[in-house]
Formats: sequence, structure tokens, C-alpha cells
Amino acid sequence: MTVDSTAARKPRRGSSKRAGAKTRAAAPGEPELVQLLTPEGERVEHPDYSIDLTAEELRGLYRDMVLTRRFDAEATTLQRQGELGLWASLLGQEAAQIGSGRATRADDYVFPTYREHGVAWCRGVDPTNLLGMFRGVNHGGWDPNENNFHLYTIVIGSQALHATGYAMGVAKDGADSAVIAYFGDGASSQGDVAEAFTFSAVYNAPVVFFCQNNQWAISEPTERQTRVPLYQRAQGYGFPGVRVDGNDVLAVLAVTKAALERARTGQGPMLIEAFTYRMGAHTTSDDPTKYRRDEERELWEAKDPILRLRTYLDREGLADEAFFAALETEADALAKRVRDAVRTMPDPDNMVIFENIYADGHALVDEERAQFAAYQASFAEESN
Amino acid sequence: MAAEKLSVVKAINASLRTALENDPKVLVMGEDVGKLGGVFRVTDGLQKDFGEDRVIDTPLAESGIVGTAIGLALRGYRPVVEIQFDGFVFPAYDQIVTQLAKMHARALGKIKLPVVIRIPYGGAIGAVEHHSESPEALFAHVAGLKVVSPSNASDAYWMLQQAIQSDDPVIYFEPKRRYHDKSELDRSAIPAPLHAARTVRQGTDLTLVAYGPMVKTCLEAAAAAEEEGKSLEVLDLRSMSPVDFDAIQASVERTGRLVVVHEAPVFLGTGAEIAARITERCFYHLEAPVLRVGGYHAPYPPSRLEDEYLPGLDRVLDAVDRALAY
Repeated sequence: MTVDSTAARKPRRGSSKRAGAKTRAAAPGEPELVQLLTPEGERVEHPDYSIDLTAEELRGLYRDMVLTRRFDAEATTLQRQGELGLWASLLGQEAAQIGSGRATRADDYVFPTYREHGVAWCRGVDPTNLLGMFRGVNHGGWDPNENNFHLYTIVIGSQALHATGYAMGVAKDGADSAVIAYFGDGASSQGDVAEAFTFSAVYNAPVVFFCQNNQWAISEPTERQTRVPLYQRAQGYGFPGVRVDGNDVLAVLAVTKAALERARTGQGPMLIEAFTYRMGAHTTSDDPTKYRRDEERELWEAKDPILRLRTYLDREGLADEAFFAALETEADALAKRVRDAVRTMPDPDNMVIFENIYADGHALVDEERAQFAAYQASFAEESN
Repeated sequence: MAAEKLSVVKAINASLRTALENDPKVLVMGEDVGKLGGVFRVTDGLQKDFGEDRVIDTPLAESGIVGTAIGLALRGYRPVVEIQFDGFVFPAYDQIVTQLAKMHARALGKIKLPVVIRIPYGGAIGAVEHHSESPEALFAHVAGLKVVSPSNASDAYWMLQQAIQSDDPVIYFEPKRRYHDKSELDRSAIPAPLHAARTVRQGTDLTLVAYGPMVKTCLEAAAAAEEEGKSLEVLDLRSMSPVDFDAIQASVERTGRLVVVHEAPVFLGTGAEIAARITERCFYHLEAPVLRVGGYHAPYPPSRLEDEYLPGLDRVLDAVDRALAY
């Protein structure tokens, strides 16, 4: 896989018409969008970002997206069946997450929101590990350092600062890894995101801010968060920003690779706005029919990230029927594994309430743990 | 090394210096902590000796300071951050409560957050609004945080050493009105455990519990009471989370009376918790209800009125008299 990363060092936002054949101009009145694969599955070039993938790599990205979508759909079903208390679906955002997740190196560090199931997949976090918090058996529970994938963060935008601090540490260590912070269009309004932009710029921290603009912050459209395209905010902080077609896995991969490489080589932070769409509800508790029209969703269905890669693979003859059939079987097996894991996931022991509150212990926790244990034990004595 | 006499400010400075020397992962960060040495000069000279990479002037953004400190801790550093004044900690309160305090538990203990947050606190320095507050109860209420406050130079040095060595987040409240009070520091001593209270004056008639700036006030009250033939015991609590209830209980079982003193508002303050717990533990030993002396349920007043708002010698003695009258 080769990615031209020189572009990100010298960001250009000139007309895409400068490039050779098959470049795509932005729609009138809309900012330019980096795109390498059109919604129709047509491969196009971009003057600043290019990518050259083998057939196997392309099939790999397709597989990642299909399995992620299948796992996500299974989780939604499990919530409907009462097995999960809540689920935040990534439906529609597979390309943004797989493209950026596959751009990271093992030694990079990822700070997700609570919707980055596709990125978790790329990092090697088992999907069943993500479900504990949604079932209510823990608040995260995986070891962040095992896959350099931090815990999901629910308070909107907080993790942008953690990523920045972590990146400051990477720079102090003289390491050449990079950090990527995920957040959404809603989080872009949070002070913590603004402060993360400031700190990262001031200290030239090796962090990439990956904003999935999925157009909706629960019920509020992006117009309620900003008067300028989000990627343009970076300019005010002194680092480059770029908008990428978030439903184009190739463009997301190319742009994120370039941004991470830029960070790794001491050129500081960069903001990527992945322009995408939340096809489902905010969470399983949400009802999008209250605030958005079906027509909008239908428009975005035509830009589906998986469909366009499928069209491309088919047209170019890069995958055969056996591949797709095997993938379907694999997806079903993954769904079954997830289903079985959730249904058999045990409730935590009562005493977990008092565990890991402090690393060095705390007298009050010890006292209350003992009181609680004695109270619980009193029922056992009564029943004897 | 023999004991030396130095101020609280110099003791904290010396403690930071020791920590920076002993552990390359220790960082000092905050607003104006570098060239200026902090608005109270607590970090004076540290950047000159340890460089801008370890003594870091930050942008003026408290949430950013604590949020990036969390990230640095996740990377293996031990940041000691300074919040310039008590009343400015609130932009960082979200990061402290929702992130710093909970992350160890959320990760099932797999990550540690050794972050120290230093906050100069309390009044009586004639400052403008937001520069004189005592928000310690707002932090002690949060599981996952430890909250301490030294009252003298020796504790200032040792408790900061212990806070930095702790793998838990510690909120370290500095009694700014006592910054220039001098006392003995023995750097070769073995310090008491960080969360243990200390009896700073023995007495038989009543126990006064205080911490930070109010310890000196209570010692003065005890001296004045002695002239009237009353024997007051004074406990320096030192830690507001966890609270050394055993030490208070042991004292109250002897004296039968307890008055808790802090600058923070009385309502739902540290004293309220102590009163409730000690009443439960010492019900049959108590000769009087536990009384509290502290700030009022009012915004911190303009400085011309702060002497009326803050507990002083007379208000402490008034509470002592009321407790003894039962």
C-alpha cells in the first residue's frame, strides 16, 4: 500500500480541476471534499492525496466494513431484545472509521468517543469487549494499553484533551508514533475540543483530530454547531484542516495516513473532517423521525460506503463470488459469536462496586465495603 | 541533614524540586509557573533548572491543563499541575470529576492516574472575587479523588512528596494565607502517613478539629482558652479524603466534646460529615452536640467583610463556650 503523504505537509485547497483526468469538483456552494471513490464506485484522483492499494488490501477494507456493519446491526438487535440497555450504532460511518482506523500503526494511540466500533475493530479490540458497558456490566473494561485504544468516552469532547496530553508525552519521549482523537460535529462546540486545538498547536503535539461530521448531534443539525465548515476551524489555530468524503474508505485512509505521517515527522496537529451521515438513530433511545426527513436519509443511502466499494470491486474484477460468499458466512459467524457472548455475559459480583476506586486504597471505601458485605451476609444468616 | 526553618512557599518549592530531581517522569505545569515562578513564586527557579519541557507554562485554560495532564499520565508521566487560584478550578471541574476521578475504576484498575492538582485556597489576603474560596468539599465528595491540605512547612514538603508518589489523583490545597509562615523542616525525617490526622496540642475538655489555614487559628484559640482554665485538644486533620475518623474518635472519647473549624461554608462541608460520623461513633461519649464553625451560605464577601465571614479566634471560642455549656 502506498500513500502520497507529501500533500498534507503542504496543504493546498486549490481547485481539484488542476489534477488530471477523473477528478471531481465540489458541488456549487459546497467546500471541496477529498474523494478517491465516487458514490457510483468510480475511482477518481485528487491533486493532494492519492492511494494505491492491492486487490487484497481493497478486499480487506471491504471485509472490515461488512463485518463492522454486521456486528453493529447485531448489537442493535440485542438491544431490541433487551440484552443491551443501549446501543450507539455506527451505521453509515463504516468508511470513516475503517479508513482512519486502518491508517493507524500499532504504536499509535487512539482516543475514541462511544461510537468508534469500527476503529476498535481495526485496533484489534474484540467486539464483545465493547458490549459490556452497553449491557451494564462495566464502564469499559478493556485494557487500553493492550491495543493502544483508550476507553470509550461519553462526556462529549473530553478525550480530545487526553489525546493532546498523550501526544505531548509522545513528543517528550522522542517517539515517532502519533495519536488520533475522535469526536463528532456536536463535540466541535465543546470548550475541551477548542482547548485541545490550542494546546496541540502551541506544543506542536503529534495528534490528529478526526471529526466525523455525521450531520446530527442527536436532534441538532450541524448548522446549530457552526457557521463555517468544521475543517476550516483548524486555520484559526494554526494547523491544517481538510474535509474528506467520510463515506469513501480510500479517501479517508489516504488523508488519515498523511495526517498521521505529518504528526509523526514533527509537523504538528491536523484536523480531518470526515463528511458522513448517521444513518440510524443517535442511540437506540432516540427517534430521528421527530427531527429529520426520510428524504435526507435516502440521499445518503445513495452514497453508502460499502455499496460503492462493492461496485468498484465488481467492476474491476477484484473479488469473486467465493469471496463475498465466504464473507457472508464470516459475518453470520461473528454475529452469532457476539450474540452468544452477550447472552452469557454474567452480571458482575456485587463487591465490584468497591473495586478499583483507588490504586492505593482509601479508608472510607474499606469501611463501606465491609458494611456492605456484612449487610449482604445478614440475609444469608436470616435464611438459615 | 539538620532541620531548617523555612516558609510554606519555600517548602513546596523544595518538594517540587526534590520530585523533579528524583523522577524524570515528574512534570510541573500551569499558568505562569515557568519564568515567573507562579503568582505566589511557589515554582520559582524550577523552569530555569529543569527546563521548559518539565516545568511547563500552559495556555490559560484550566480544563486544558487538567485534561492534558490526564493524557500525560496515561503516557506514563506524573504531572503536578497548578491551578492559580481556588475560584478558577471550576473550568477543570468537569475533567477532574468525570475523567480524572473515574478513569482508574472504568479501566478496571488497568491504568493509573498519578496526577497532583495544587490549589492555593482560602481567604484573609484581601483579594478580589474568586481568589479566596475553599472548595475542598466539592472534591472530597467525589470518589476516586484524594484531598489533602498541609498547615505548615514540614507537612507542605512531605505531603506533596507523598501526593506525587501516590498512584491516585490527589487534590493538594495550599493554605495561601499561611504561605509565608515559617516552621521547621527535617528532610531526613520519616513522615507520617499522608492521610493520618495529627494531634498538634493535647487537651482534656474539648477537641478542636481543623486543617490548612485554620490549624493556626485553633492553636491560638486553645492558647487563649488555657488562660481561662479550659484545656483544648487540637487535631490537624491534614486529609479531607479520606478522613482519619479513628483519630477524631479517639480524641472525642477522651474529651467528650467536638468543634470542627474550616473556612469553607458550614453547610454540607467537611465538618458536616465529621459531625455525623462522630455522633454515630461516639454517641455515648458526647457531652454536647458536635458544633461547626465556618463560612456562611453566602458568596465569599468583598474583602472588607472577610474578617466577619471567616472563622476567627472569637468565633472559635464562642463555639467552644457553647459546647462546654451543655
